[in-house]
Amino acid sequence: MSPHVEVRKTYKLYIGGKFPRSESGRSYAVHAAPSRAGRPGSFLANAAAGSRKDARDAVVAARGAFPTWAGATAYNRGQVLYRVAEVMQGRAAQFADEVAAAEGLTPARARATVEAAIDRWVWYAGWSDKLAQILGGLNPVAGPYFDISAPEPTGVVAVLAPQRSSLLGLVSVVAPVVVSGNTAVVVASQDRPLPAVTLTECLATSDVPGGVVNVITGRTAEIAPWLASHRDVNAIDLAGAAGADGVVWGDLEGAAAENLKRVLRPAGNGAEAVEPDWTATPDLSRMTAFLETKTVWHPKGR
Amino acid sequence: MPTFDYAPAPESRAVVNLQPSYGLFINGEFVDGSGTAFKTINPATEESLAEVAEATTDDVDRAVKAARAAYRGVWGRMSGADRGKYLFRIARIMQERSRELAVLETLDNGKPIKESRDVDVPLAAAHFFYHAGWADKLGYAALGPDPRPLGVVGQVIPWNFPLLMLAWKIAPALACGNTVVLKPAETTPLTALLFAQICQQADLPPGVVNIVTGAGPTGQAIVDHPGIDKIAFTGSTGVGKMIARSIAGTRKRATLELGGKAANIVFDDAPLDQTIEGIVNGIFFNQGQVCCAGSRLLVQESIADDVERRLKRRLATLRVGDPMDKNTDVGAINSRRQLDRITELSAAGEAEGATRWDTDCPLPKNGFWFRPTVFTGVSQSHRIAQEEIFGPVLSVLTFRTPAEAVAKANNTPYGLSAGVWTEKGSRILWMADQLRAGVVWANTFNQFDPTSPFGGYKESGYGREGGRHGLEAYVQTGGVA
Repeated sequence: MSPHVEVRKTYKLYIGGKFPRSESGRSYAVHAAPSRAGRPGSFLANAAAGSRKDARDAVVAARGAFPTWAGATAYNRGQVLYRVAEVMQGRAAQFADEVAAAEGLTPARARATVEAAIDRWVWYAGWSDKLAQILGGLNPVAGPYFDISAPEPTGVVAVLAPQRSSLLGLVSVVAPVVVSGNTAVVVASQDRPLPAVTLTECLATSDVPGGVVNVITGRTAEIAPWLASHRDVNAIDLAGAAGADGVVWGDLEGAAAENLKRVLRPAGNGAEAVEPDWTATPDLSRMTAFLETKTVWHPKGR
Repeated sequence: MPTFDYAPAPESRAVVNLQPSYGLFINGEFVDGSGTAFKTINPATEESLAEVAEATTDDVDRAVKAARAAYRGVWGRMSGADRGKYLFRIARIMQERSRELAVLETLDNGKPIKESRDVDVPLAAAHFFYHAGWADKLGYAALGPDPRPLGVVGQVIPWNFPLLMLAWKIAPALACGNTVVLKPAETTPLTALLFAQICQQADLPPGVVNIVTGAGPTGQAIVDHPGIDKIAFTGSTGVGKMIARSIAGTRKRATLELGGKAANIVFDDAPLDQTIEGIVNGIFFNQGQVCCAGSRLLVQESIADDVERRLKRRLATLRVGDPMDKNTDVGAINSRRQLDRITELSAAGEAEGATRWDTDCPLPKNGFWFRPTVFTGVSQSHRIAQEEIFGPVLSVLTFRTPAEAVAKANNTPYGLSAGVWTEKGSRILWMADQLRAGVVWANTFNQFDPTSPFGGYKESGYGREGGRHGLEAYVQTGGVA
């Protein structure tokens, strides 16, 4: 019997719930991490090299998905995020292989990383219907008024995913954006994009409405400036500026000032940008960075 | 029917002891500025009130150093309970000297004495009282683990509510353990300088509050100073964007409370008498020089004629004139420059085809004045429907369905505030969900309280002031990932 010839996957973009190739027709070769001895990694796949136009299409999709996703009940959003964890669990072995190849991890470390990524979805899923009570409440104003404040999603959030942590880092920045009702345009790790593409296949089969999460693979330095200056993007997470070739996060923040985007700066001191340890237990900060507080007043009277 | 005229009811100026000139308040004392001193005038009469020092980059540097020293040496390490007691003291002295503050505010700003006396000054004192209580309770504020101050905060405030904006900025900053360098607007510096004297009376440690006067360059010097950890700014969206660009790529934080173009939406079942009062309060309070002013009136088409008729009848009763008169409803525009902007945008409204109406009331000869003005037949693309006028000018548009009202209300880069008038509760709550604005007033307008967070969506800025939420702008916490 002849050995089975592997059927390889085409790694594509994820925009508006569909899997297009880049409109530019371009792709770039993705390799495994170099070995410990320094030997270059083997060829893994040709990923789509996303363009400015792809990024803009993704913003249109994210904007279109925003009213429905933000308007969904918090209970519903929580279940959808939990469903992502369920679907990822079923493909844990595939993720572990891809993370091991991308990040040069041992099989055991790769498995642990995938498990942490799955658990992170579960952690954030549970926040969906608790944030408003933790962050909102009644304001005891000095007058006959009912006055209440509650968090709302900021809108369309551009996310530069971490360059090194291709799956756990990615989930750690995307889940806190979408759990509260924002929609996201994500630029995947430039050199380690394959786990992100596989994640999109989970998103597409997890009841996440099309357009809520959009993922572009390609050169961060090429795509990020268009998202930073895009007038229909409300916020940007610059986590993936750390370790990205040719990316100066201060320039992106400067471009974001054009429409006063909310900017989540990369970790680090001064002008440096460092990628944090994604295994650390998260707090609320990545969620609150993309929330607005709305306060509603109404008179009381008979 | 007999009509009665109002007799003049002027508030006395005697309570205010104006000095011929004022220095900068740095490290607990008044010092000379290095720049070119400038005059601040009464916009209702154009008389000069006092000469004020201009702070140069060097002066700002001295102020930041004083603030840093006070942060390291005293304020940053003081117990929250003791910080709170200083803030309580300040609140009490502001109440004790409230009439003096109100008269000075009206002289320098041009707003009616009834507003400075009944709104600005009591609210400013309330902000200090409210935040005083937070100083030793920050661990309960759900800000994150181990809330700590940021350090030295640079604060730049506008001329429309000079003392109140000072209170919004300084009270939370100090409560959280920061020290401040604050620049009041160049046309309204006097109550900030009186506040400096209040800090002296309260024995606030030197350097905790520093007040530097000047115009744009002084503000830029604060924003650019490397010793500043955070910028808090209230003012125009244009300047807010400049600040955001200036601090890009640094670790300075910012809260920006910027412009607005609020929709005040009136449905056909609204309680019309209250609604008319709310519309008037929404756009003519403080001469319309309010970032959250209800400057776009969206009226349901079926009642548009009725609302317009009632509104004009009500506006004809507004008393425009001497801000020191206790019966005055609408005072002076703050400056020649602002009057020119209002005049220019109103001319654009006419040129673009909207119908202009004003109260045709007499205006004083000297000073800066603009009659309460209403534009009807305004369309979405008109400049007076898109740009912030910051004056007593109302643009009226109509709508047919709730969805159309929402679409029109949200069709602006701003998102600071909005108003909804209807007797239908479910519609209020639905509208409140749909409106992309930081504050929604339902069957009321222009309400403010120290416990209630205030701030905008989109290009109206970021961060909140007031309430538990406002504290977030002045602390750092432990979390990383």
